[in-house]
Amino acid sequence: MSDDSDQSKQAEPSKPEGEGATKPESKEAAKPEGEGTSKSQSKAAQSGTADAAAKSKAAAAAKAGAATTSKAAAKGKKGKAAPEPPKGPPLGVAPSPHVFNTSLTTRGMMLDVLIGLVPVVGMSVYAFGWRAVLVIAVCTASCLAAEELFTRMRGRKATLGDFSAAVTGVILALSLPATVPWWVAMIAAVVAISIGKLTFGSLGQNLFNPAMVGRAFVMISFSKFLGAPAYRVAEASGILSQATPLSVARDSAAEIPGLMPMFLGTVNGSLGEVSALACLVGGLYLCIRRTASWEVPVSVLGAVVVLAGLTQALAGPDALAALPALRLTVLQHLTGGALMFGAFYIATDPVTNPITFKGKVVFGIGVGFFVWLLRSFSSYPEGLMFAVLLMNALVPLINRWTVPEPVGGPVPERT
Amino acid sequence: MADAAALAVGPGTFPRGVHPEEGKELAAEAAIEVLPVPKLLRLPVLQHIGAPAKCTVKPRKDVTSGEVVAERGGFVSAAVHSPVTGKTAKSTNLTLPNGRHVEAVPITPAADQPSAEELYAGVLGGDWPTQDLPDLAPEEITQKLTDAGLVGQGGAAFPTHVKLAKNDKKPVDVVLVNGCECEPYLTADYRLMIEAPRAIVAGALLAARAAGATAVVIGIEDNKPKAIEALRKACVGTIATVKSLHTKYPMGGEKQTVPAALGRIVPTGGLPLDVGVVVINVGTALSIARAILRAAPVTHRVVTVTGRGIQTPKNLLVPIGTPLEDLIEFCGGLRPEAARVVAGGPMMGFTVSDLTTPVTKGTSGITVLTHDDVRHARETACVRCGRCVDVCPLGLVPTKLALAARHELWDVAKRYYMTACMECGCCAYTCPASLPLVQLIRMGKARLPK
Repeated sequence: MSDDSDQSKQAEPSKPEGEGATKPESKEAAKPEGEGTSKSQSKAAQSGTADAAAKSKAAAAAKAGAATTSKAAAKGKKGKAAPEPPKGPPLGVAPSPHVFNTSLTTRGMMLDVLIGLVPVVGMSVYAFGWRAVLVIAVCTASCLAAEELFTRMRGRKATLGDFSAAVTGVILALSLPATVPWWVAMIAAVVAISIGKLTFGSLGQNLFNPAMVGRAFVMISFSKFLGAPAYRVAEASGILSQATPLSVARDSAAEIPGLMPMFLGTVNGSLGEVSALACLVGGLYLCIRRTASWEVPVSVLGAVVVLAGLTQALAGPDALAALPALRLTVLQHLTGGALMFGAFYIATDPVTNPITFKGKVVFGIGVGFFVWLLRSFSSYPEGLMFAVLLMNALVPLINRWTVPEPVGGPVPERT
Repeated sequence: MADAAALAVGPGTFPRGVHPEEGKELAAEAAIEVLPVPKLLRLPVLQHIGAPAKCTVKPRKDVTSGEVVAERGGFVSAAVHSPVTGKTAKSTNLTLPNGRHVEAVPITPAADQPSAEELYAGVLGGDWPTQDLPDLAPEEITQKLTDAGLVGQGGAAFPTHVKLAKNDKKPVDVVLVNGCECEPYLTADYRLMIEAPRAIVAGALLAARAAGATAVVIGIEDNKPKAIEALRKACVGTIATVKSLHTKYPMGGEKQTVPAALGRIVPTGGLPLDVGVVVINVGTALSIARAILRAAPVTHRVVTVTGRGIQTPKNLLVPIGTPLEDLIEFCGGLRPEAARVVAGGPMMGFTVSDLTTPVTKGTSGITVLTHDDVRHARETACVRCGRCVDVCPLGLVPTKLALAARHELWDVAKRYYMTACMECGCCAYTCPASLPLVQLIRMGKARLPK
């Protein structure tokens, strides 16, 4: 090892002192002046030219000068001359811990979500063909473009590499009907990123689920493209001409489609909601990978099951006549509409749900409650989007109410 | 009189925690070697928690092995003894790996020193009785430990005589011996358990007598089956028993070992003493046995030199005060890819910036990490994924604490119990966004207004 450093000294006699006074960083660093000078002079003698000797003398003098200033400036830990560092590789200092689990990255988690969405995207393309591809492409591209544009306008570094805008784009697309005009999809995407995410700061700081913010905006501004009429395209054939199962449920005379078509995905609905099976498969993948916390979908679905079950058991004929949606059974609730999609992909967005287990359970139960409430009593057939947005607003409060106590109890009061 | 086995009723594990790569295979099979006597020793007067010791020896004086060079500086303090026969010099200041500047007594060992075999036999080898231990009163035992300069050898280096002192308000019924060594790479305690199990049991029994405990439980992670077997054999016929614990970091932290082994939760801000337990490291137990049974003060300890950045990982028996560079040289030196030298393990150890720093009573190992080991992505935004909450062994919310510290939101910091954090590193190890969670929390703790 000493051979290596000697050779490098011959090669670069005039390396600047740098911050060598405090760290044993480089092989040249922090030599006491006398020693440095004589060593480089002896190296020059070995290399045998007067030029080299003169150069190394000048270099050593410069080094000595630099050494004094840097030693005076960087007082070091002792207040006296730093000891000669050992020869060897440069070593760094850093606070603990010094090792990390490098298999986990934010980008990896976003990619996981995209992988988990593959079954859902696949089913949507199968069911809706080119329209699905168009809407997904428009939404994703618009989200990416909006994020890049607004990030640059704010003067910040590019963030597209973390894939979060792409995830927002795909989820937003999957929550829109197949017949949505491309420009409505684009507006939804731009609103989702700009208002839903970037006005709060960068990734990780938004309060509301960005995809749902975008969707809510276009739902209210362009309701005819997103409400029930969007799902009944008379000129089209196949499932595009059907009404969605939940809107059918509101018409007490109509018969709700069978469970198997709703489970598999041969009914109408938004791009992502039609196949409960696809949502389940992808969602379980996300839960196993811990990209989604399992307690959220379990709480959402659990709350709906309990409430729908109670409704099924207790609703009398008068209630059913007044509110036909109350006749939906538990399984119809689970397989119809966006509940499965929302429970696994929308409610599980880590940025907008609470940070602890208890908090996430409370959040999930709240989402499930509002989905049931809106489906049963409101004028909208589907309640997921508003349920999620309402619970998002409550997340800071839920966090405050569910601060976990440390093992061993709270920090004792100082007496 | 409680049976040790009846008290070792913990679940054998604790909630959460992480599983870093163990790295123990690098040095686990290296039998303890005696380091050749160094050319110069420097004995810091502060190698423990508490008040620094006061230097009592004059410079240029001949000292014998075991002679006091610094006496206790208070109640919570420890004396320092010379490990060798030699000559002192004028005391100088040096910097310890944790950043503290302390006075140190330099000693140049004389030419004539015991051979490696003699040293090994004196410190670790020979016969260690586990039955018919000397019938000393607890106060006599603690006095001898005080005189021997005994401090904890698990890393924190708390003066043992203070820990074992009988406390009438908080009686102790169990001595828990910590043989977990949960940090990756370190194997010093493992080799001690295999090579000197009876010494550890003898020391633990003496500690139990000093503290007034009626049972001894030895907790060992289950990745050390040979050590578990060796200690089980040594415990036969004594009030000590071995409890195998699940291998997980930080099983060796006393707030995790006590619940895992005994089922008792240590209160936040409190000590194991609050639940009737005293925890000692296996190395401390050996030093206790040496102090009482061989009248020898703390002068040597086993240090693992390991990691992928050292040529030949070894477990070395070294005199206190040996410069780290001597240990590194004896192990073949640093490899070209070495990036950090850490005193301790990679999860909680301090980086060493000056390799002339001496080994202290609390130095359990030197881990040399390579560039690949310490590679860390640049910090990105917290997405509140909650993985840090999933791994924090104390049930805290590290992301809230770290971001509160960064943005100086002290009410949030207190609401989430910032001072309860033990800085184990599980959160920063796991964070997908590479947030420097532990460093932020450390900074927050230092700046938290009272």
